[in-house]
This record gives sequence, C-alpha cells and structure tokens, in this order.
Amino acid sequence: MAKAYTPGLLVTRHKKHRIMRRLPIAGDVQVKVNQQVTADDIVAETNLPGDVHPINLANTMSLPPADVVTCMLKAEGESIALDEPLAESKGLFGMFKTVVNSRYEGTVETVSPVTGQVIIRGAPLPVQVKAYMSGEVVNVTEGEGCEIEADVAYVQGIFGVGGEIQGNIKIACVSHDQDLDSDLIREDMKGCVVIGGARMTASSIRRAMEVGAAAIISGGIDDHDLKELLGYDLGVAITGRENLGITVIVTEGFGDISMAERTFEMLREFEGRLASVNGATQIRAGVMRPEIIVPLEAGPPPAASGKFEEGQLEVGRTLRVIRDPWFGMIGTVSGLPTEPHVLGSGSKARVLEVTFPSGEKAVVPRANVELIEE
Amino acid sequence: MTNLDPDKIKVILATDCGSTTTKAILIQYVDGEYRQTHRGEAPTTVEKPFADVTMGVVNSVTEIAELAGRRLVGDDGRIISPATETDGCDIYISTSSAGGGLQMMVAGVIAEMTAASAKRAALGAGSIVMDVIAANDGRRPHDQIQRIRDLRPDMILISGGTDGGTTGKVVQISELVAPAKPQPRFGSDYSMPIIYAGNKDAREPVSEVFSEGGFDLQIVDNLRPVLERENLGPARDKIHDIFLEHVMAQAPGYDKLMGWTGAPIMPTPGAVGDILQTVARLQEINVVGVDIGGATTDVFSVFDETFNRTVSANLGMSYSISNVCAEATMPNVLRWVPFDMNERELRNHVKNKMIRPTTIPQTREALMFEQAVAREALRLAYKQHKEFATTLKGVQQQRTVGDTFSQQTSGQTIVDNMKLDLLVASGGVLSHAPRMHQTAMMLIDAFEPEGVTMLAKDSIFMMPHLGVLSSVHAKAAEQVFDRDCLVYLGTSVCAAGTPKPGKTCFKYELTGDRTASGEIIGGQMLLIPMAEGESGTISLAPARGIDLGEGPGKKVQKTVRGGTVGLILDGRGRTLTLPEDRSSCQSTVQGWLDALDVYAETTESMAV
Repeated sequence: MAKAYTPGLLVTRHKKHRIMRRLPIAGDVQVKVNQQVTADDIVAETNLPGDVHPINLANTMSLPPADVVTCMLKAEGESIALDEPLAESKGLFGMFKTVVNSRYEGTVETVSPVTGQVIIRGAPLPVQVKAYMSGEVVNVTEGEGCEIEADVAYVQGIFGVGGEIQGNIKIACVSHDQDLDSDLIREDMKGCVVIGGARMTASSIRRAMEVGAAAIISGGIDDHDLKELLGYDLGVAITGRENLGITVIVTEGFGDISMAERTFEMLREFEGRLASVNGATQIRAGVMRPEIIVPLEAGPPPAASGKFEEGQLEVGRTLRVIRDPWFGMIGTVSGLPTEPHVLGSGSKARVLEVTFPSGEKAVVPRANVELIEE
Repeated sequence: MTNLDPDKIKVILATDCGSTTTKAILIQYVDGEYRQTHRGEAPTTVEKPFADVTMGVVNSVTEIAELAGRRLVGDDGRIISPATETDGCDIYISTSSAGGGLQMMVAGVIAEMTAASAKRAALGAGSIVMDVIAANDGRRPHDQIQRIRDLRPDMILISGGTDGGTTGKVVQISELVAPAKPQPRFGSDYSMPIIYAGNKDAREPVSEVFSEGGFDLQIVDNLRPVLERENLGPARDKIHDIFLEHVMAQAPGYDKLMGWTGAPIMPTPGAVGDILQTVARLQEINVVGVDIGGATTDVFSVFDETFNRTVSANLGMSYSISNVCAEATMPNVLRWVPFDMNERELRNHVKNKMIRPTTIPQTREALMFEQAVAREALRLAYKQHKEFATTLKGVQQQRTVGDTFSQQTSGQTIVDNMKLDLLVASGGVLSHAPRMHQTAMMLIDAFEPEGVTMLAKDSIFMMPHLGVLSSVHAKAAEQVFDRDCLVYLGTSVCAAGTPKPGKTCFKYELTGDRTASGEIIGGQMLLIPMAEGESGTISLAPARGIDLGEGPGKKVQKTVRGGTVGLILDGRGRTLTLPEDRSSCQSTVQGWLDALDVYAETTESMAV
C-alpha cells in the first residue's frame, strides 16, 4: 500500500546535529578537524573587497573625460587618504589650478578616459564566521568553512525574525497555554533566551528588548504586533537580517495559539542551559525554519521508539491542524480514508480523520496537518 | 534544432521540468489532427540526493508509457527516437524552470527607454528580472554598485544609447557593473556572462571595461538602435544561448538532457509566451494570458502582434499572500467577500498561509476569502502589466492642429481590453477552483474585459510544452492548444461606460445553437447557459454612452462561443466600482455571485 507523507516540525530531546559554517567568499578556516569549539569561537574569516566609490572627475573639474588621466595625482593601484589631493587641473599658465581632494579613503582602482570617472575602492571589509553552536569540528573545507557536530536537543520553530544569538534558557510562563505578557519579563532575563507559552504580546517583546534579552520564544504572535515590531508589514517570509537587537521565534503560528506542551516541557527541562538560537526563516524552495539548539553532553541518543516512520501518516500519530476551522488543535490520526473527499469549499482532496482530546472527531485535508515528530 | 520534416512528425513527447514537478505529455497524430493523448507527472530530481534532472524526466515519461502502452524509454535509459509503430517518439522537447528559473539583472541608460527595452527583452526570454539599473533610476552610484554586489544573477544584460548616440553614459553604466564584481548564482569557477546590446559605437570601450575581472562579454546588435524601434531578437536569442550553455550546464543532469532533445530547452515562461504569440498570429487575435503561482504572477499579452510579458514578484497566493494583502489593502480584498469577517483574525490567517503555504481552504468562507485575494493579486499584476506594455517612450511625435485636443504622449499602454479576444488563465487558484464559474468570475472582476471576450483556462498547464513545440511544429502546437490545452469557460459580454442603475444598459438577442433575448440593467449580471461546442451570434444594442466594441451607443454583432460556464452578460460598467458602504457592497457582490451561480451550496459535514 502506498505511504502518505506529510511534513512536520522537528522537536527532539536528543539528536546528532551537524551545521555548516561557510564564508561568503574564499578565506581562511581557523579550526582543525576534531577541535572542540564554543559558540562564540571564530572558525573562519576573510576580507570582502571594500566598498566602491565612483567620482566623476570630468564633471567635477569641467574637463573632457580624456584629459582626466593627465590630471591625476594618484595612479591606478595607489592608495589615497580621505581629503588627500586626488587630481589637479593644469590651470592657466600654471596658475588658477583646481585641486580635487578625495572624499573617500582607499585605493584608486580605475581611471576611465571615456567617462572621466575614477573608481576608489575602500578598505577590505573583514568578515568573521563564528561557530554558533558548541561542538566538535568534524570536517574542514579549506578556504570555505567547516562542519560542526554536537549532541543536542533541537526545536524547530515555524517563524522567526532576527539572526543567530546565544543565551541561557529562562522560562517566563508557568504553562504552555499562558500568554507571554510584559509583566512576566524580569530584569534578570538580560542576555537570556526567554521562553513563553501561548501568544507573546507586543509589550512583552518591547520589555524583553528593554531588559536586553537575547531572544524571546513563544507559541504565537499577532500579525499586528509583528508589524509594530518590524515597523512594516512583512510581505514574504524571508527573514533573519532584521537588526532588532533581539531574536523572536514563534513555534506554532500567528494568533492565539499555545506552544505544544511537549515543546514547552522540554525547554523547561533545559532551563539554565546555554542555547543557540536563530530566527532566520525562508519559506521558498529550500525552506529554512527558525531553530533552538541546546548542546548536550555527548552520548548515545536514547533508543528510538520505532513506533512510527519519520514523516509518515499513520493511525495513532499525533498531529496539529494548521488551517481553519480547527487551526492549532492537536489530535491523533484515527482514520486514513483512501478516496478523495469533497470539502466544504467544494474542492476534492485527500483527507484524514482526526480525534481531538475531547473525543470530538473531524475530517481534515491531509494538506492541512503537520505531524508532531516524537 | 531538428532537421525533421514537420509532416513526418507524428509522435511528440514533451516535458516541463519545474522546481517541484516534471510534467510530461504525449502528442500523437490521430485521425488527421494532432491531439494530446496522455500525460504523466513525477517529482523533479534536480536537487540532492538525486541531482540528475533526467531521472524525473524518465519517471514522468515512464508513467505516460504505461498509460499509452507505448515503450518510450529504452534499455539504455534514454528516450527512444525515432518512433516506430509501437515504440518511441519522433521528437522529444523540453522546457525548464527548475532551480528558480533564469534570473537576470538588466541595465540601461534611461530607465524609461533603453533600460525598459532591455527589461522587455529579458522578460520576453523568460527571465526573472532581479533589478533594473539605469543612470536616472534615482539611486546614487555607490548604492547601485552595492545593489549589483548583493545580487547573484545568472547573467547581466546591458543596453544604452541608440546607435551613433551617447557612448559616455553607457560606458559609465558598465563602469558601475565591472568593479561591483557580481558573483554568479551557480558555480564559483564560471565567468559572469554579460550581454552588451547597446550603442554599437561603445562596443570597444565597453569591451575594455570588462576585459579584466572574470567576465564573459558577449556583444549583440543594439536592442534599441533608434528611439522609434526596438530590436529585441538578437538579445533574446543570446539570452537563450547563455541559458543553455551556462545556466543549464550548471544544473545536474542537464548536459545529458540537452543531448536528448530535438530542439533547445527553453525557460518555461519564455515557452508560454511563444505559444501565445503563435496562437495570436495564426488566429489573428489579441490574447492575454496569466499564470498565478504561490510567489509570483506572470502576465503575457499579445496586442496587434506586439508581445509583452511581466512578472509581478511577490504577488502570489501562498508565499506572497501577505504581500498581496499589504499592497492591495485589506478593505480592497474584503470588498469581494459578501459577509463580515474579523479583520484581526483574517490578518493572522493570511500570515499562517504565508508560513504554511501548502494548506488549502477547507470551508467555503475560506475559499471565498482566498479567491478575493486572488482577484486583487490579478488586478495588481494586470495593472503593472498595463503600465509596462506601452508604446516606446522617448519617440518624437509630429503634431498638427487637429491633435490639440488629443494630446497623446509616447509611452501609452497598448493593452486595450476592448480589443481583447481571448483571456487565458492558469495557476492553482484559477485552474483548480472547485467550479469553473469561480474562475470566470475571478477573471472578469480582476481583468475587467470589455466588449466580447472569450474566457479559457489551461487544462493541465500544457502551454510551456506547446511553446517549445511551436518552434518546431507550429501547426501541431496550435491544434493541440485549441483542442486539448484550453478548456473554454465561455464568452463574456461586458459593457464599458457608466450604466445608470435600474436603467437599460444594453439589449441582446442570441441566435444559433441557443436562442435568448432581453435586456441587461445597469449593475446586473446574467448567465445564459451555452455548452462547450455550442456557438451563436449575439446582437447587442447598447444604451447611450455604453460601448460594447463599436463605440458608445453603437450596435454590435459578434460570434460567441459556449463553454463549461456559458455566456456571461455584464452590465456593471467599466471601470468596475463597488459600493463603498460595507453592507450595500456585500449585498451587491452577493447578487453578482448568485446571478452567475458562482458558489453552489454544499452539504458536507466536516465533524464526524
């Protein structure tokens, strides 16, 4: 019989996790295979070519472009300081000369006799890549980067903003279904990864930023609050480069929605431990979800229950409905009819039957559920 | 290119390698005409762990082979060609958009002139245009350079200057591109292809600028040799060549696939444009085609043989749904929904669709909301298309005293809804709507066709296959397009002007396979059943000030064709306006939906 697969977000207490740390362009890798690194260690660095600044000297000096070359005080390849003379006109009988000083510091890259344009290349821009996650270097690609591996607890969120950061886990809510409001954010959460329960409010995020929290994580967020945080309405889910001073991750979705109880309990268990967190989300081909990584002591992972195959829809599996009218509800698969079903919308789709903890049953399109991987 | 005699081509196999799915179709010569006989589908295998696009191709073709009872893949794993009585095909062709399609940056001197022409060439070739750099685009040079550095295009097209015109400005643009050292998207060891299609007098200094720094400069004829004329063909052909030689060659398995095909592999949107142009030319009609996806919406038009294509990035139904709501504004989306919805909840629903793009509407209310969003996405995409598809800007015009009251400038849109003969829909929300009536209504509300227009949808997204086929066998492509590719929804008859509510907008009389007569009141819509294959003649007598194709108040007689929906008479006027008051807007929209039987009642019980 054909198997039905559906994607789910990974939440696990223990897995071998490997990350790739790569430079944007070729450079130097600073670590060796088998070396232990911590999250803040620099593993590779390089220099990006400096910024480019064009100066149109023909316009500035009111000269034909071809004459600019003869007026240059600096040749191609020579370095120049800020306000240092760059070119000088011939003047009239050696008098009334016009001197143009450089508005930029760098190296004269080109002087064009066609346009009279001079290109000044600024100083190289250093780029450093940190380990991000504590662990062992298991592979090095010379000039490009390395791979780091560690035993970790791992939580995949559904959406986030803000980039990579580390901090100790601090639990703010007493339960997975408690909203995260500003009164739950305390001064001692500075530098911490703050864990809430259900929806986080705009005021709680503001308060977390005030106290200097590294990250704030909860089940849901209101679109309105996200817009207020970002200062604009997010059109497409490609994030990670926001410069908010805090990383924000929601584990379930938008609106009033509680964090999955298992996720909350697991994070509570790891309170006080250092976590590596990244809010970067890309929902396009090659999807990228935000993550919370808690490095653990090395050891064999607990034996898999072996009950279910990863990603496979089977009767008895736990899932979350991810579309109305039962958005956010968690239940178990109680039936997998093979024939397509006509939905209330009039569309025909393959469905499954789900039983909620209350005993209520519902028929839901298979496209509208997400497995909770255990 | 194949040297086969078109008359000897009887079995055609075509694939479209998309980002997620490879779709194959089989076309055979049956009873004196070409028909699409079988189709197959398989996941695209360009990504790891497979990393060989031909695996997905073979899988989709194998599905067809099983359905058709025809052996198409040989023991060596290759497609069998030529055809025998029971095996193989006479020609195999393919398109591709796998790996994100073809992504380009274009540059020109003046944004509205040479840069616009360069953009048209790139879009027409089937590319996604990541940015347009121009001397007058309002950005400072170092911002332009930074932008070029951030992009990772597959290639760059540079234009600028008419032949014999400015050289300095076009060299200056080149001098911005060269030091930025843009990195190609694929393959760190391959040189960035630059196509120069500008002033021929600037070729030498431009070559000088790109002589160092790892560029692969290719020079073609100027795409705007004089202000009055574009010459996009050479640039477009070069884009296709580089797409095959560089971009495709970087994608796993494409070198093998290129050896199998009897015609060059084309970018998918370029092929869609080709089939629409072929059909417009052969049938002497004006066509608009739309493909609305999850992230983007492509609009193609052919008016008086002039082809235009636009890609509206970030106007789509899943990845970009939030952007549609932001650009259109929520009140504009909600005006199409005939009941109250909680705006805060809706905003959260939209974001949840964005982050979980594969979900589908389960309830009728959710479907109606998504189709309301689709109307706005299509409306905005068509608006952008109309603004882009213009007569050439910068052309000097001679005026006489008679022109005093018709001060038309250059750069007018060439998109004229009154001249539009055929509107073709494709893309999930249009193609997979539970009722075709919904597809027809979304098209009419969003595109606002005027006069008499045929409505159709691409049955199984076959247009790309037929586009590449049109380059080797135009007749076969046109026959399959008409008989199998398009599902005719029917014909819309839409009044332009401002009809008076409650007063006659136009009178009609239908003769032929069906007969009907009556009048349409201002603001009214009416559906007359007219099945697929049925046709007739409609005589129309518009009220004063109302135009149905021959001018305000003038009588019109036209042939109309039926379809799965029928004949739609629209007396709402153009530009289409909806009541501002929310409750009267809801009742008005509900009236239109009822008139066209758009949402049939369903009785499904979701709880069990």
